[in-house]
Amino acid sequence: MSENNSYEAGLSSDALRQPQRIVFITRKTSAKVKGEVGPQLMSFPHVILREAIAFQILTIALVVVALLWDAPLEQLANPLLTPNPAKAPWYFLGLQELLHYFPPVLAGVLIPTLVILALVVIPYFDVNIEGEPLWAHHRRQRLPIFVGVVAGLIVFLAIYQAWTVLVPTVLLGALGLTPYFNPTSTSRFQRFLGSRPLPWWVMTWFIAVALTLTAVGTFFRGPGWSWVWPWR
Amino acid sequence: MATTAWTHERLEQLRQTRVWRSIFRRGPARTNRTRSLAVFGNLALHVLPVKVREKSLSVRATYYLGSISFFLFVVLTITGILLMFYYHPAVPEAYRDMKDLVFVVSNGVFLRNLHRLAAHAMVVAVFWHMFHVFYRGGYKPPHEFNWVIGVGLLLVTLFLSYTGYLLPWDQLAFWAITVGTNIVSYVPVLGRPIRFMLLGGHIIGQNALLRFYVLHCVILPLAAVVLIAGHFWRIQKDGGLTVRDDHE
Repeated sequence: MSENNSYEAGLSSDALRQPQRIVFITRKTSAKVKGEVGPQLMSFPHVILREAIAFQILTIALVVVALLWDAPLEQLANPLLTPNPAKAPWYFLGLQELLHYFPPVLAGVLIPTLVILALVVIPYFDVNIEGEPLWAHHRRQRLPIFVGVVAGLIVFLAIYQAWTVLVPTVLLGALGLTPYFNPTSTSRFQRFLGSRPLPWWVMTWFIAVALTLTAVGTFFRGPGWSWVWPWR
Repeated sequence: MATTAWTHERLEQLRQTRVWRSIFRRGPARTNRTRSLAVFGNLALHVLPVKVREKSLSVRATYYLGSISFFLFVVLTITGILLMFYYHPAVPEAYRDMKDLVFVVSNGVFLRNLHRLAAHAMVVAVFWHMFHVFYRGGYKPPHEFNWVIGVGLLLVTLFLSYTGYLLPWDQLAFWAITVGTNIVSYVPVLGRPIRFMLLGGHIIGQNALLRFYVLHCVILPLAAVVLIAGHFWRIQKDGGLTVRDDHE
């Protein structure tokens, strides 16, 4: 086994330049690659016991809330009496809010399908496996792409007047730019933002938009899907 | 203290009996060998790893969100079966059964509250679990396919919750399902046929209630059980949960 070969040890996640990757040795690496995995415990009893305790705490919490909070029950279903607004279950209200702005095929079919597809391909699409921060390298090249994508998105949303999507998009875009302009900032928050890779920014933007839409659809929409203040 | 010793002794005697040994086929789980046997000698537990990294057990590593999602599924199965004893998937009996749960059935309100609460909590827990796994990098190799199974479980959870939403047959249920199924009809070409298949007709009526009932009580729970089993088993096959070096 002493024959010479042309293999080289190196660190790269650039699939275009080095398409044949055999082993990753990275900072946030997966379990199988690691030599050192730390101390181990037997699943029985250590896992089983913890799970049992978690189950008991959860059950107690559920019972207490179920005793205090009654599930709603309205009148018998009547196809002739449409409530205004008719709302879907809360986890689909983000979708319903999108339908308010965009054509049905886009908001009701295309966007949900793309979201599901995007979620499925996440592990296969992540070429930045080391979690390299967004502004770590190629800063000059990345800035116009980042600004261009965010600005394009903002223009698109403004054309459709989709304000409840636009606001979190603007906020996240601005937040994403702050580490570029303060690379040497000493504040903990800025250092945290500066160490985030691109997938983190995309997912955080998605969650911010989804939460905003769901909250708006649940609390701030009244008759005819008009804006209402929940406390009035 | 004397009673504790007495109990221990009786328990030891019980463990020595032929019947006990025929069931468990191992000694008390005091050595690593018998502890391993306790896991892979058990039909329910054998999908789990025999050993886990100590780090992956810390609360901050997972917040037990996956376990909590599963426990909520268990609670939903139990309360769901109990609710099925009091429920007819028919118009308008379904709504009368809801009223019976409130006014006639012992602890009926509590039972329904528990089911509904656990259902909402499961949607939240599954979403939170997914986002947490994403931020921990838990989807990275070799866990790619388990992430995909997880996305499947998210969809099953949403459909389970959604099909259950119609079953009380009140105004809230009827119109929420109307809004949702109208979205389906926007799918180009296939939209209307899919909606027809889902509802068993063009309107939400008796057929739709029956289909949602069968989906909610049979098809989707079975799909969930298969996917959950695969999801747990893959944790073991993929070499345990992802752990990070930093802080913890």
